[in-house]
Amino acid sequence: MKFLQNIVDSVRPHFEKGGRFEKLHPAFQALETFLFVPGHTTAHGVHVRDAMDLKRTMMTVIIALIPPMLFGMWNVGYQHHLAYGMEASLMDNFWFGFLKVLPIIIVSYAAGLGVEFVFSVLRGHPVSEGYLVTGLLIPLTLPVTVPLWMVALAAIFCTLLGKEIFGGTGMNFMNPALLARVFLFFAFPAYMSGDIWTDLSPEAGRSIADAFSGATNLVAFDANYHNMQSASDMFWGFEQGSIGETSVAACLIGALILIATGVGSWQVIVSCFLGALAMGLLLNGVAPADLPNHSMHTPAYYHWLTGGFAFGAVYMATDPVSAAQTERGKWIYGLLIGAFSVVLRVFNPAYPEGVMLSILLMNVFAPLIDHFVVEQHIKKRLKRA
Amino acid sequence: MGKTISIRRGFNIKLKGAADKSITEIPVSEIIAVRPPDFPGVIPKLLVDAGDEVLAGQALFFDKTRPNLRFPSPVSGEVAEVVRGEKRRILEIRILADRNGVRYTEYGPSDPAQLGRAAVIERLLDSGCWQYLRQRPYSIIADPVEAPKAIFVSCFDSAPLAPETGYVTGQDKSNFQAGLEALNVLANGRLHVGLREGGSEGSVSENDLAGVPAANIHHFRGPHPAGNVGVQIHHVNPIKKGETVWTVQPQDVTIIGRLFREGRYRADRVVALTGSCVTRPQYFHLLTGQPLSDVLAGRLNSEHCRVIQGNVLTGKTAAPGDFLSFYTNQITVIPEGDQPEFFGWLLPGFKKLSLSRTFFSWLAPNRTYDLDTNLHGEERAFVMTGQYDKVLPMNIFPVFLLKAILARDIERMEQLGIYEIAEEDFALCEFVCTSKIDVQQIVAEGLEFMRKEG
Repeated sequence: MKFLQNIVDSVRPHFEKGGRFEKLHPAFQALETFLFVPGHTTAHGVHVRDAMDLKRTMMTVIIALIPPMLFGMWNVGYQHHLAYGMEASLMDNFWFGFLKVLPIIIVSYAAGLGVEFVFSVLRGHPVSEGYLVTGLLIPLTLPVTVPLWMVALAAIFCTLLGKEIFGGTGMNFMNPALLARVFLFFAFPAYMSGDIWTDLSPEAGRSIADAFSGATNLVAFDANYHNMQSASDMFWGFEQGSIGETSVAACLIGALILIATGVGSWQVIVSCFLGALAMGLLLNGVAPADLPNHSMHTPAYYHWLTGGFAFGAVYMATDPVSAAQTERGKWIYGLLIGAFSVVLRVFNPAYPEGVMLSILLMNVFAPLIDHFVVEQHIKKRLKRA
Repeated sequence: MGKTISIRRGFNIKLKGAADKSITEIPVSEIIAVRPPDFPGVIPKLLVDAGDEVLAGQALFFDKTRPNLRFPSPVSGEVAEVVRGEKRRILEIRILADRNGVRYTEYGPSDPAQLGRAAVIERLLDSGCWQYLRQRPYSIIADPVEAPKAIFVSCFDSAPLAPETGYVTGQDKSNFQAGLEALNVLANGRLHVGLREGGSEGSVSENDLAGVPAANIHHFRGPHPAGNVGVQIHHVNPIKKGETVWTVQPQDVTIIGRLFREGRYRADRVVALTGSCVTRPQYFHLLTGQPLSDVLAGRLNSEHCRVIQGNVLTGKTAAPGDFLSFYTNQITVIPEGDQPEFFGWLLPGFKKLSLSRTFFSWLAPNRTYDLDTNLHGEERAFVMTGQYDKVLPMNIFPVFLLKAILARDIERMEQLGIYEIAEEDFALCEFVCTSKIDVQQIVAEGLEFMRKEG
C-alpha cells in the first residue's frame, strides 16, 4: 500500500495551508483518513488509546445492517414475482431486488455525503462519519417504488436540517435517517402509502395475480387483525413493506452484532421490545369484548413482528446521539418507545407505522428524561453520608 | 480489618514489558537537576545562584504564592547552572554533585509522636518534604493551614505495568513505617490505607502497617483504577464540599519516614523501568533529579520510542535530556505509532486492544499488548454513550460532569462531583473514548477553574 500512500503524500501539499486547494482540505482529509488511519499520536493525557474510533463504530453498524439489506433485496424480488404469480429462484429474486435497491442506496449516499462535504468545506470542519450509517438506513426504510429524486431530497433534507445546522454528527437531537423517512411520509403521502410496497414493473406476457393485494400487514391489522399474515411469515419477513424492515429475523442478527460488539445499547433494544409487549398486553386486557376483530385484541407479540418495529428498535432507537444517555434514561426511553408505538398503531389508523413517530417523539424527550435522571443522581449524591 | 470493597467497573490494560523484580544501583552522575515545571501551579523564586554551595535538603527555590513551600536539593554540591526558557522562566536548576559522599542538612532523628502535629508540619515544610502531600479537591500540593478530615495512602498501584508497591517499600521497610507514623500524627489518627485484597507475595500486607489502626485499613479488589487513591477515598469516605483529604504516594511515605528516623532529606527512590521498548525491564535505584539517560542508555531496543515519566495513562512525556522528576516511580518506554495504517478501521484487528468487541482481539482476553502511541482515529464530538461509565468506578456521571466543566458551570460541577476527582481517575475514560477527546485535560481545566473561582 506504499504506492497509495505515496500518491496521497504527493498531493497533500496542495490541500494544506497555502496550497492551491486549501479550501478543500476537509474533503481531502476525509478521503485520506478513509484510506488510512492517520499516523497521529497522542499529545497530552494518555499515551495509548483504545483502537476503536468513530469510523470503526459506524462500520460495525453497517455490518449489522447487511442482513436486513440482503434479505430486503431478496424480498423485493420475491414480492414482485409473487404479485405476478411467477416462480423464481433465490438468485433471480435477489438479482431483481439488487438492481432495484442499489440505485436507491447510491443516490442516498451521493446526496447526503455531497451535503456533508459541501458543508465541511464551507465550515472548515472535518467530515464526520455519521452519514455512513444514515446513508444506508434511509433506503432500508423506504418502499422500493420510491422515486430516486425523492430519496435525494430526503437525504439532503435530513443532513441539512436534521444534522448540519445543529453542528454535525453528535449535535443532532433527532435521528437523521428517521427524519428523512418522516419527511417523505408527510411531504409525499401518496408515494409512501397505498399500493406502493411491491415493485409492479411490468413483466412481459404476465399480469398481476388476482390474489394480489397491496395492503401491508399494518393496514390489514387496523381493519381486522385476523387478516394479517402468519406470525412465522412476519418473523422471517415474507411480507410487503419497506425494503429493509420486513424481516424480524434479519434485524435480530443485526441486534446480536450490535450488542456483542458493544456498539448498540442492549438496554434500549430490550426495553423497546418490553415496552411494546407490556402495552400490547395491557390493551388485550381492556379490549372491547363485543368487537372481536378490534386491533386491541391483537396478540401482544404480534407487535414485535409487524411493520418496522424490530428495525426501528434495533437500528433507529439505538442511535447514541439522539437516544437518552444515562443508563436509567435508556430504559425509560426504550420502554416509552415500545409503548407509544403500539398506542399509535392501534388507535391511529392514519399512521400505521407508529414506531417511526414514537422514536422521533422520544428523541425529543430524551434530554428531558436524562435531566430527571441526573437530578435524581444529584439528590442521591447529596444524601450520601 | 474493614470489609473488602469490590470495584467492578474498570479495565486492566495488559501491556508487554512488566518489570522484573531485581534492582540495579545506578551511581549518581555528575549533574543532577530539579525542574520547577514538574510542579504545576508553582511560581519559582530562586534561593540560590550559579556557583553557590548547597547541601542535600537545602531549599533551591520557593513558591511565590505560597512562600512556605520550599523545594530542596536532592544532593550536595555546587549549583552549576540555572537553565531558563522563554520569558526567563526557570526550567532547570543544575547541580554539580559532590564526588565523595553527600553532605546533608541535618535535622536530627526524632519521634513524630513526641513532636506533635504542629512540629511535624514545620519539619516537613522546612525540609521540603511537604510537596509529597497532595490534597483533594483539586489534586494540588496540600495546604498546611488546613486540617484534613483524613490522609489516604493507596498501597498498591493498578495502573498498566505499575511497579509492585510492596517490593518498592520493602526495600526500606523501617523508614516506610516511620513515615506512616508521621502521617498518622499529621492526620490526628485518621490515616487510611488501601490494600489489594489477596495481594500476591511481596505486596504490602497488614504486617507492614504497624501503627495504622486496623479499622482504617481497607481492602480492595477489582481492575484498575481500584488502586487510585481517589477511587478508594470515594468508596471509604467521600469528599463533600468544604472537606479536604490529603494523599501521599507510598514511596514518598518512605522519604518522609527517613526525615524523621534519620533526620535527613534523602531522596533516592526505586523506579521501575517498564514497557515494550525496554530490553530488560526491571527496577533501578535512582536519585530524584538524576538524568534519565543514566538509566535509559543501552537499555532500549528501539530508537523510535516515547519515554514517559509515569505510566501510559497519566505519565508525562519526557523530553530528551530530561531528569527524574520529584514524583516519578515508573518510567515507561513504548513505541511511537506515527505510521498511517491502510484501511486500519476496516481490518479485523487481532492485535488491537479495544474495550469494545469491534476488534477480534476480544477473543484472546489474556493477551498482553505491545501498544504504541497512535491515536487510532481523529477527534470528534461526543457520540457513543455509556463508555466512560464502564471504566469509572465512582458514583459520578462522567459525561455530564465533563459537559458541566466545558460549560464552566460551577454549581453543576459541584453537584456532579468535581471535588472528588483528579485527572488520573478519568484516564481510562480518555483511553476508551471513541471520539478521542482529551478527557484528562478537560478535567484539569475544570479543577483549575474551580480552584480559582470556587
